[in-house]
Amino acid sequence: MAQIMSGAKMVVQALIDQGVDTVFGYPGGAVLPIYDEIFQQNNIKHFLVRHEQGAVHAAEGYARSTGKPGVVLVTSGPGATNAVTGLTDALMDSIPIIVMTGQVPTFMIGSDAFQEADTVGITRPCTKHNWLVKDTEELAETLHTAFHVAKTGRPGPVLVDIPKDVQFADGTYKGPAKVKSHYQPKVKGDIKVITQLVEAIENAKKPVFYTGGGVINSGPAASQLLRELVAGTNFPITSTLMGLGSYPAKGDNWLGMLGMHGLYQANMAMHDCDLMINIGARFDDRITGRLDAFSPGSIKAHVDIDPSSINKVIHVDIPIVGDVGHVLEDLLNIWKSRGRKTQTKSLIDWWDQIDSWRQIRCLDYKVDTKTIKPQYALERLEALTKDHDRFITTEVGQHQMWAAQYLGFNDPNRWMTSGGLGTMGYGFPASIGVQVAHPESLVINVAGEASWLMNMQEMGTAMQYGLPVKQFILNNERLGMVRQWQELLHGERYSQSWSESLPDFVKLAEAFGAKGILCTDPADLDDAIIEMLKYSGPVIFDCAVEKHENCFPMIPSGKAHNEMLLGDASTDGAIDAAGSVLV
Amino acid sequence: MSALKIKKGTTSKSAYNLRSNYDDTIEKHTLAVLVANEPGVLARVVGLFSGRGYNIESLTVAVVQEEHTSRITIVTTGTPQVIEQIKAQLGRIVPVYEVHDLTVEGHSVERELSLFKVTGTGEKRVEALRLADVFRANVVDSTLNNFTFEVVGSPEKIDAFAELMRPLGLSEMARTGVAALSRG
Repeated sequence: MAQIMSGAKMVVQALIDQGVDTVFGYPGGAVLPIYDEIFQQNNIKHFLVRHEQGAVHAAEGYARSTGKPGVVLVTSGPGATNAVTGLTDALMDSIPIIVMTGQVPTFMIGSDAFQEADTVGITRPCTKHNWLVKDTEELAETLHTAFHVAKTGRPGPVLVDIPKDVQFADGTYKGPAKVKSHYQPKVKGDIKVITQLVEAIENAKKPVFYTGGGVINSGPAASQLLRELVAGTNFPITSTLMGLGSYPAKGDNWLGMLGMHGLYQANMAMHDCDLMINIGARFDDRITGRLDAFSPGSIKAHVDIDPSSINKVIHVDIPIVGDVGHVLEDLLNIWKSRGRKTQTKSLIDWWDQIDSWRQIRCLDYKVDTKTIKPQYALERLEALTKDHDRFITTEVGQHQMWAAQYLGFNDPNRWMTSGGLGTMGYGFPASIGVQVAHPESLVINVAGEASWLMNMQEMGTAMQYGLPVKQFILNNERLGMVRQWQELLHGERYSQSWSESLPDFVKLAEAFGAKGILCTDPADLDDAIIEMLKYSGPVIFDCAVEKHENCFPMIPSGKAHNEMLLGDASTDGAIDAAGSVLV
Repeated sequence: MSALKIKKGTTSKSAYNLRSNYDDTIEKHTLAVLVANEPGVLARVVGLFSGRGYNIESLTVAVVQEEHTSRITIVTTGTPQVIEQIKAQLGRIVPVYEVHDLTVEGHSVERELSLFKVTGTGEKRVEALRLADVFRANVVDSTLNNFTFEVVGSPEKIDAFAELMRPLGLSEMARTGVAALSRG
């Protein structure tokens, strides 16, 4: 039965039919008809953010912590342009997001109308796909296709631009079942190539699994299969920033994160391995370091759902295009049917080697009894929260790397951080999105004071909806990572990298009606964290930390994995002239 | 490493000395891209090339076959690795149905249409007309001072014709870019 309804009503109906119950957004002139429909129903809960960037990051947090797509509704012009950073962030980290933007009426498009922007033009390079809907008859189909594209294959953000007259006009609604898309990326890997990988696994003497966000995007089953494979083969495993939690940090085979601020044993294993099995990661420059010295002696296998990821920066010997879950299932079946073979004797030597690297204890730092070391703060946060039902988000910078190093993630979808784009201001709104999805869980945003201030307006959102997000700010009154690079690379000329005129975070919290906690003494830290955890509402925790602490280990730009700087190592001349042009 | 049953040559192409081991030769490839005939699809393709720093030597686009499909023919240059990336990146674009590399997928025919305005009098004018006949060019317009020739052929043929016309008074030319089909 054909259903005739207005475009605005279609938007709400399409969301309901797609199983959406949560929308993050901000109204404006060009989306008023949709907001009017939202007002008249109870199926979808709308969360009013304080800035459109916050809406997209909140949707990202929601998506990453649930595995469901996040939905955003904003107005035309500035509403759309404010969403651009979030869209780019979601594109880089492959997060499924559906952003609906209002647009000026079709007959005014191109006239420089009030709050008009070429939204599809602006967002074309920062979405997986986008649509301008010019006819209400096409609206429902476009929305359902948008959900399909966002979720299918390598996930990503999509945008549907809906002119105001299309929202007002009547059209025929189509349900999701009636919409067929030609977009059907292949999920099954080539069995012949998977068998080749099994052979490599059977013969490898120094193998390592290098896993990424693709394992998490593939769903919880993929993480389970990965754990089974690691347990079965007894191979060591490391992960990118994006993939933390797919294999448990408390697992025996866990080496810790790899990359620029990865653990010594993880990077050394990558450098010295003879078989590298990349599962759902993309050889990002934060991972590889110097390309011509990247893991020189290894055979490289790469499982990725996106064919363009394969051989993009690193030539691989065993390329497998497919969904991680499907490929791992086939891989396990073939490996088992061939007798579950590995080079067990060689693996013992390999593990001995890895254990000797572990003895370096690369995360050790000088403890201070007077000043809170940021590492200490995170160690205590870990100790006091690890048994909670806990989700962590972060901003971007030193605190983000320390969080990745010192916090343990034992399950997927528990760790939300801006990896590819490195968006300062991501963590706070993301924590709001996570808390919306998991109202009873403990949600902590590990932040730096500078990043946090970039989207601090979202305190209003947290208060309005009673979202008890904990903002754990490691406050060094510096742009810590910028400062670290200036120290190592720019002759200690700290150009614009300090945080002048910081607010009193306790008073700031109180001004919003939240709780503020200031902690300056390591001796008080545990009690202060416990106080934060006990409080039922949002907390801004101002943790005054050592101002000049550097984040180690570090692979300086232009260096190889085995040229890591450790905490006590001299940093003089760490980055040469060629490396200094890299970021 | 030698214990692994993978041919030794394959690993030497691995990341070790990655940059220098990649083939640096620049190749020219003709790609046929079948796309949904929807607004913005050309902008997506062109934006991909500019955004990722790829080259476009020529690009043609028109609706073909059914009304919902357009065919974009792109002539591009790059190292083998870059060409592979271009194809993979084109394949990612949601309204792209198919990407064919006509340069590697067997034989193909390439044709381009061009218009030449040649201005001159006397012997040069006669010579231009004579050469045009050799190239099977059509005269599509003429005045007492100039001819406008239409040449259809491979890009090389058009290049050659342009070379010959230059000393004879070539004043303007327009080219459509390459249209190509695989043979058979």
